[in-house]
Amino acid sequence: MSELAHGAGGPIPAAEVPEMELPHPHGWWTTYVFSQDAKVIGIQYSLTALAIGMVALVLSWLMRLQLGFPGIFSFIDPHAYYQFITMHGMIMVVYLLTALFLGGFGNYLIPLMVGARDMVFPFVNMLSYWIYLLAVLVLVASFFVPGGPTGAGWTLYPPQAILSGTPGRDWGIVLMLLSLCLFIVGFTMGGLNYVVTVLQARTRGMTLMRMPLTVWGIFTATVMALLAFPALFVGAVMMLLDRLLGTSFFMPTLVEMGQQLRYGGGSPILFQHLFWFFGHPEVYIVALPAFGIVSDLISTHARRNIFGYRMMVWAIVIIGALSFVVWAHHMYVSGMNPWFGFFFATTTLIIAIPTAIKVYNWLLTLWRGNIHLNVPMLFALGFIVTFVNGGLTGLFLGNVVVDVPLSDTMFVVAHFHMVMGVAPVMVIFGGIYHWYPKITGRMLDDTMGKVHFWVTFLGAYAIFFPMHYLGLLGVPRRYHEIGETSFVPASAQDLNAFISVVALVVGAAQMLFLFNLFWSLRYGKDSGPNPWRATTLEWQTPETPPGHGNWGRELPVVYRWAYDYAVPGAEQDFVPQNQPLPAPTHIAKGEATA
Amino acid sequence: MTAALIFVLVAVGSVVFHLLSPWWWTPIASNWDYIDATITITFWITGVVFVAVVLFMAYCVFRFRAKVGGRAAYEPENKRLEVWLTVATALGVAAMLAPGLFVWSRYISVPADATEIEVVGQQWRWSYRLPGADGRLGAVETRLISPDNPLGLVPNDTAGQDDIIIEAEDLHLPIGRPVKVLLRSIDVLHDFYVPEFRAKMDMIPGSVTYFWFTPTRTGTFDVLCAELCGSGHAVMRGRVVVQTEAEYQAWLEGQRSFAQLAERR
Repeated sequence: MSELAHGAGGPIPAAEVPEMELPHPHGWWTTYVFSQDAKVIGIQYSLTALAIGMVALVLSWLMRLQLGFPGIFSFIDPHAYYQFITMHGMIMVVYLLTALFLGGFGNYLIPLMVGARDMVFPFVNMLSYWIYLLAVLVLVASFFVPGGPTGAGWTLYPPQAILSGTPGRDWGIVLMLLSLCLFIVGFTMGGLNYVVTVLQARTRGMTLMRMPLTVWGIFTATVMALLAFPALFVGAVMMLLDRLLGTSFFMPTLVEMGQQLRYGGGSPILFQHLFWFFGHPEVYIVALPAFGIVSDLISTHARRNIFGYRMMVWAIVIIGALSFVVWAHHMYVSGMNPWFGFFFATTTLIIAIPTAIKVYNWLLTLWRGNIHLNVPMLFALGFIVTFVNGGLTGLFLGNVVVDVPLSDTMFVVAHFHMVMGVAPVMVIFGGIYHWYPKITGRMLDDTMGKVHFWVTFLGAYAIFFPMHYLGLLGVPRRYHEIGETSFVPASAQDLNAFISVVALVVGAAQMLFLFNLFWSLRYGKDSGPNPWRATTLEWQTPETPPGHGNWGRELPVVYRWAYDYAVPGAEQDFVPQNQPLPAPTHIAKGEATA
Repeated sequence: MTAALIFVLVAVGSVVFHLLSPWWWTPIASNWDYIDATITITFWITGVVFVAVVLFMAYCVFRFRAKVGGRAAYEPENKRLEVWLTVATALGVAAMLAPGLFVWSRYISVPADATEIEVVGQQWRWSYRLPGADGRLGAVETRLISPDNPLGLVPNDTAGQDDIIIEAEDLHLPIGRPVKVLLRSIDVLHDFYVPEFRAKMDMIPGSVTYFWFTPTRTGTFDVLCAELCGSGHAVMRGRVVVQTEAEYQAWLEGQRSFAQLAERR
């Protein structure tokens, strides 16, 4: 371990970087709006993602009103319901989770954590945000066009996505595909930045195996996203051509409402392969940054080194690689060649092993720790519970034959909400409570934070855990109401009503969080530079909040890994990464010369 | 302390909910009780793991809560423990995967004596086609679909003349005889879903997909669509009636073939 924790000897001279060629801002506009500072861009990404996330939250309320109390709200007809689920899903997965983890946390944290002054291509980085904003605006515009947004489901499966039986067929689907293309263009600009910055701009002593797991998670997820998003991009372009120019990439000969259409020869299932070749890695594009961040939260607040760091890094890399060969587990009942089932079930269940290792290592980090139940730690614990729960139900759905009765039921809805909805959102909240002091210089209010955590965690669990049992009953997903059946008992409706009421409460708790964000900006306790007594570089900046260029005159020099908590013999229970260590104890005692 | 207790309650509450919940799968009506058995195995393994993880976490939160002057133990790695945990996990995963793959191989191996029937999906109703006396289904083409030929049979294919066409009515099946269900759609994706049969598969315009099963219980079962197919998705319903052989033959007498329907037009 010592080669990991400590460098090859005495202090290294600091890199003096006199005046960086940073595009320094000259006024209000270039400081706060058209900023090329990764930290400002990160905040812009985060606020935009939270704003569009509020739209998704309201949509989920509307869906739950319909499901819990069908027939009461006359303005929610099947058309509207399908538009709600589609927009809710796409916003949450792409425009909120992806943008917030990579664009938000990635931009703010990568340069600070690796000891760089900024991203390596600041101008492209700024463009990345503005194109993302444009993508969001195009998406929002689809609410206001004739016919409204698309109701094709977030998977946008053709042929129905572009046929007239689906709402939003005229404008909605076109704007959706256009917006996705824009998002991918914007993301690629940011993503290249994150990858090159991690590879090229690390400060002296910051070897790859000394990087905090947050950086490892975001870095690996970004590499994956750069490889996965192009599949969605071509899928979206091809579907746009099918819709607008009448090509038939995804359209076979078909008869719609008694009319022969002029399509022919295309393959609907090709789109599914393209979509899930993006869509499955996407799950881990969201999960890996969450894994990384939660590792750092647990280690910092348990005051203990992350357990099995090297194993954690390799698990991240292996999960990232494996996630490219599991995509068709979303397609077991799609009608693809059934022999694929053997391959994809095997790869899918294998991916459970590195994932389980990560869970063990989080638990073993808590073991013999000195656990401070600060709000970020509570969210990290909430993440462990919901992620393990959702991960385990993934073993049902990944195991091809078990998936057959459960696919397309509410079991699937409950599973993916638990594992890639609630769990990553827990980490986002934990991350915001954790780094808000660095961003603003003030602490978020603790009492509001605790109320926010318990209502959100217990509420979300009470929403999604029982929902699995609706799926076991056989209730299909994407039904605005189940209607008359012989196999769903009336009591299932009581459960639905319960879930809806809890959903409204959990949604309301998020208002408290938003209020806290603004209230603490003004009235929050002064945090000082390092309120959590953390080791990583972002807490060692000369100013809080860090200025443009992050480090003042000298870049920090890194002497150790990111997890020197409770080091035996050290004065404090944490040693910052940039603090030179006196010679390791065994050398001091003269043992090394023996 | 309180936090640890709440986490314990989450784990215990989940188990209690599972045991007491009135919401469980509907009684099976096909040969796929293997699938139910595999789900049960998976529930046991994953349930034990979930409870163990959450209880261990709660224990740590309680036992290692911050104390004044307290300090964590410094232990970056523990190779033996990590290897041991990895092997145990791999075994647990194998215990779920092996029966899963075994049942899947049965799921995709259609018995030679299965009767082929066809289900046709369109926005938003179900139609069916049964082979006539020759036991074979005739050729179809989507571009031949018209009001006179709603399923698109090729008119000069002799194999298709005696095919029984069932439009917007219940499908009947005899108990105990394996059926291979050929699935076809003429517009968008659909999914022929009868919860009691456990089996399901998407239907894709432009191709023919399939699954097979043997009905094992008489009764009338709901057919739903399980793949989003537009605004009428939730009301795309039908019914399957599983009957004894004698009842089935009586019903079959009353049905009309493609040739008979063509004559009447």
